[in-house]
Amino acid sequence: MSQQGRKALLTYVVAGDPHPALTVPLLHELVASGADIIELGVPFSDPMSEGPVIQLGHERALAHDVSLTRVLEMVREFRRDDSDTPLLLMGYANPVEHMGHAAFADAASAAGVDALLTVDVPPEEVAGLNAELRRVGMDNIFLVAPTTPEQRIERIVAEASGFIYYVSLKGVTGAGHLDTQDVARHVGIIREHCTLPVAVGFGIKDADSARRVAAEADGVVVGSALVDAIVGAYGERGDGGAARHAAAELVGGIRRGIDQPAS
Amino acid sequence: MTSKTDDSVFAMVPDADGRFGAYGGKYVAETLMSALAELESVYRELSADSQFQRELDEDLAHYVGRPSPLYEARRWSDDIGGARIFLKREDLNHTGAHKVNNTVGQALLAKHMGKRRVIAETGAGQHGVATATIAARLGLECHVFMGEEDVRRQALNVYRMKLLGAEVIPVTSGSRTLKDAMNEAMRDWVTHVDDTFYIIGTVAGPHPYPLLVRDFQCVIGREARAQCLQQAGRLPDALVACVGGGSNAIGLFHPFLGDESVAMYGVEAGGHGIATAQHAAPLNAGTPGVLHGNRTYLMQDDNGQIMHTHSISAGLDYPGVGPEHAWLKDIGRVNYVVANDDEALAAFHTLTRVEGIMPALESSHALAYAARLAAQMTSEQFIVVNLSGRGDKDIHTVAEIDGISF
Repeated sequence: MSQQGRKALLTYVVAGDPHPALTVPLLHELVASGADIIELGVPFSDPMSEGPVIQLGHERALAHDVSLTRVLEMVREFRRDDSDTPLLLMGYANPVEHMGHAAFADAASAAGVDALLTVDVPPEEVAGLNAELRRVGMDNIFLVAPTTPEQRIERIVAEASGFIYYVSLKGVTGAGHLDTQDVARHVGIIREHCTLPVAVGFGIKDADSARRVAAEADGVVVGSALVDAIVGAYGERGDGGAARHAAAELVGGIRRGIDQPAS
Repeated sequence: MTSKTDDSVFAMVPDADGRFGAYGGKYVAETLMSALAELESVYRELSADSQFQRELDEDLAHYVGRPSPLYEARRWSDDIGGARIFLKREDLNHTGAHKVNNTVGQALLAKHMGKRRVIAETGAGQHGVATATIAARLGLECHVFMGEEDVRRQALNVYRMKLLGAEVIPVTSGSRTLKDAMNEAMRDWVTHVDDTFYIIGTVAGPHPYPLLVRDFQCVIGREARAQCLQQAGRLPDALVACVGGGSNAIGLFHPFLGDESVAMYGVEAGGHGIATAQHAAPLNAGTPGVLHGNRTYLMQDDNGQIMHTHSISAGLDYPGVGPEHAWLKDIGRVNYVVANDDEALAAFHTLTRVEGIMPALESSHALAYAARLAAQMTSEQFIVVNLSGRGDKDIHTVAEIDGISF
């Protein structure tokens, strides 16, 4: 992340949303449009940290029975044409728990997954899972929140690898009250405690907010705005081409935004 | 006979990390971790504070109306013709159910923590009403999340909450029942974590909720234990309580866990029958997993997705269960059984007609199983059933089944 001063762009979509057949072509489109890291949401029946936009993405994917096993098949298919772009799975504990830590680690690493972020597994609960992820060389990405006390950052860093994901606001994904100065302050505190790159997510919706946040971090994540643009273009007609085009437009615009020198 | 192992294993759970054996824990997003740590530390301090305990005891006595009676249902027992049955009358509490024991306690915590806004999830509406009630009394802003399906089933309680000044937010995601209401309450909490206290209504959720809700509900079992000794001269042979999340059951059971002679039965909602998969009985037909902040038994499919549940009673219509129950099942201390919709409905009618007590449909599951159990016991033996709530709120549901509309 953040090679030669270039800030990383992470793009989030829910696997199987709006249609399972669209996911792999969409991921390639995201990479072609400037995404550096693919963040692939694993659908879950109870996505507790998601705002309405991504909740609906989970529901649409589950309407097509997109399981964790199916998500790993999609990753395997993506890897046939792209062996380089880092790919991380983001989701909730239970599908991974149900598959089993060791079975998940084996299957995910064989499919070509590089890292895992389970929103509801804090460092306190991660020991068993982390041992398995380390065994297969997968990174475990942890969240740091605006409410995380400074002394707790050490504990998170001790379990984390890959990068730190800073949640830019108190709230669910897609919320709209981003405070860039506050982000800068917190990212500064995180950097005092670790050498891992810091990506910032939640509340970044366009080129301007991405550029402002990228100035303070090593990477930015765009999620809800992308999910919304894709499903809006896909529409009732199920226009996959329009969905890919909308994704390319948004991601391309954000890419240009964060590549601009800070004014 | 009444051997009480004081430093029993039951007093040692949860451990410092909130675990009951393999269950419990704190499976939440990072944003909430510091709020849980703060709650845990405030609770630890206040639960040892005699002033706080005095305040709580006064509220329980003069506002809730405790102690609740232990009533011997003689006519019903005679009809069944087996063990004597005593009912722990939580239905006589202010607001009509055991839920208020916990909301009074948590609202006092909120007050001591300086939180001006409380939120709650609710299924049948009893916990929502109990939260709205105590919020009205303390002048706290109150928001209650309720699945759209439950809003329809429990219109009376929705209106009660509104009268009490609470805002009721219908939840339209997922299965539109209690689990989805809990998701939405968690989302609200994460957004307003600085000024908001989340009053969870059952012994589930992340640590320290299963611990503190248990502690607040244990007043049921402490009273029942003393009342048994006083009224029957000995401890009961069996305890029976319904289990959704499991707060009324743990409240009754916990003070008796060390009494080896007391058998315990937690009754889950069998819905249309376990074989139909249309039920809400994770301890009987589920597998361990992680939901709503804790590891416990869940109703889940082959891919770890949480399944839709069914029960005639909104308060039991939940795919998980408190982690302490999961542990008590595994160690074999409590027997977890089921009563189906039709059995609960029959028990509702029977108790109403034979004892003049109209039970909540949730509690009717416990009554249905107790009748089965009592029939296999002798008249020398006795059972305590937790009559966790009154049935007024269910009149529309029962009438609808009988084909009556108002």
